Amino acid sequence: MIDVAAGSVLHAGSVADNCLLRNEWVCPLYVTTRSEQILAALQQHVAILLVTLAVSVLLALPLAVLAHRTAWVRGFVLGASTVVYTIPSLAMFSLLLPVIGFSARTVVVALVLYSLTVLVRGLVAGLDAVPGEAVDAAVGMGYGRWRLLREVQLPLALPTAFAGLRIAAVSTVALTTIGFLFDSGGLGNLVNQGLTSYFKAEVLTATVLCVVLAVLVDLLLVGLRRWLTPWRRGVAA
Amino acid sequence: MADPVAQGGRGVSGVLEYLLDPATWTREDGLVDRLVEHVGISALALLVAAVVAIPVGLWLGHVGRGGFVALNIGGIGRAVPTYALLVLLVLMPAPFGANVPSFTVALALFTIPPLLTNTWTGVREADPAAVDAGRGLGMSGWQLLWRVELPMAMPLLLSGLRLAAVQVVATTTVVGLVGGGALGRVINTGFVSQDTRLVIAGAGLVALLALATEVGLGAVERRSGRRSRRGGDDAPEDPVPGRSAGEGAGTSAQGAAQAAR
Repeated sequence: MIDVAAGSVLHAGSVADNCLLRNEWVCPLYVTTRSEQILAALQQHVAILLVTLAVSVLLALPLAVLAHRTAWVRGFVLGASTVVYTIPSLAMFSLLLPVIGFSARTVVVALVLYSLTVLVRGLVAGLDAVPGEAVDAAVGMGYGRWRLLREVQLPLALPTAFAGLRIAAVSTVALTTIGFLFDSGGLGNLVNQGLTSYFKAEVLTATVLCVVLAVLVDLLLVGLRRWLTPWRRGVAA
Repeated sequence: MADPVAQGGRGVSGVLEYLLDPATWTREDGLVDRLVEHVGISALALLVAAVVAIPVGLWLGHVGRGGFVALNIGGIGRAVPTYALLVLLVLMPAPFGANVPSFTVALALFTIPPLLTNTWTGVREADPAAVDAGRGLGMSGWQLLWRVELPMAMPLLLSGLRLAAVQVVATTTVVGLVGGGALGRVINTGFVSQDTRLVIAGAGLVALLALATEVGLGAVERRSGRRSRRGGDDAPEDPVPGRSAGEGAGTSAQGAAQAAR
């Protein structure tokens, strides 16, 4: 009886009664009062994603071209990527810790390794699928190896390569959360804080933002692919 | 957990010393216990996911609906961070919390996408001539599904199961971060106490377990493939396209495996 009465007093308009105190999952007050913290986490998340994608694309291009041309490189690269993908992220982060140290760099290196496995496979598959006639025609027109790669093979490999890039980007957004181990998990830091302090709104808000970020990045990449491959507009997927 | 941290070297020799000490394995909450927990949670999650995903995939494939969901669910699964989902469930009221039901549900949710996608694709890619022949023989929808579409979907279904199993074994590690057991606990303890030996031992065991799952189920897959090919007289599935289809689904499910961890 006393509890009920106290509750009704609180609900009747006490200043202290709000969703933060009641520890509700959905709490706009959390978002408004902690907006700086949330934005900082989001910023870190996006920064880690951008650096990871930039480094992996730069590394994946030469690796894929080499793997496309040389049989043993292909075997090695595809074999290594199978092994890398069986290593759990927690293990990967922890194993890199003694090598690289307690920093965002460790997170980025781990994420680059995971992205590379998908990116290289996508690029190699794309290069393999370039029609022989297109290559023959270019060679017949006197294209050198470099020009052939740049003007014929890579553009034609783009759609398949982009499928890999989308998977890599979306996975990276989700995987970054484990970076909280190094205090560099972006929104994952908030999830971890929420777990230790039993703060529901923090966990749910960070999770939802993480999913929204992944979806936005995916849509952006679809747009980018359409912009880069104008000859494919109107072709499904 | 205190005594193994205190004794022994910290380098690679320390790892060997740690792994070769029988007590490391046999004492309470030792590596044997953790390994059993790991396999148990993984198997339970795989079972729950299979019970949900395979019938749904078979049915949707049979009636030819739900293609958009079946093919895009992997992308949705990739976008949700496993760790965050686990924390959400741990903070939920009973029956959830830091317990096996939460871990199973979270892991099963990440295992459903590759299973559903592969099952659906397998049924949809069943040879239409064979399905027509079955219909011509007067088979009911149920018989058609059970005797024609399911056997033809088997190679893709099995490769989906293998990918899902490897994924779930790797992902179960995250359970150690939210107060659960399994091998992730060993890694996390090593991480928190800065004992590299535990980290390397735990990570190595998980990787070995995942590889063993991949190789073991791969062998089962090849075996059943061989048997089904011998069984059918004019079995149309020549091993090469069958494999490449599985491999294609593999790369997409591989991405799902990544996000899941």
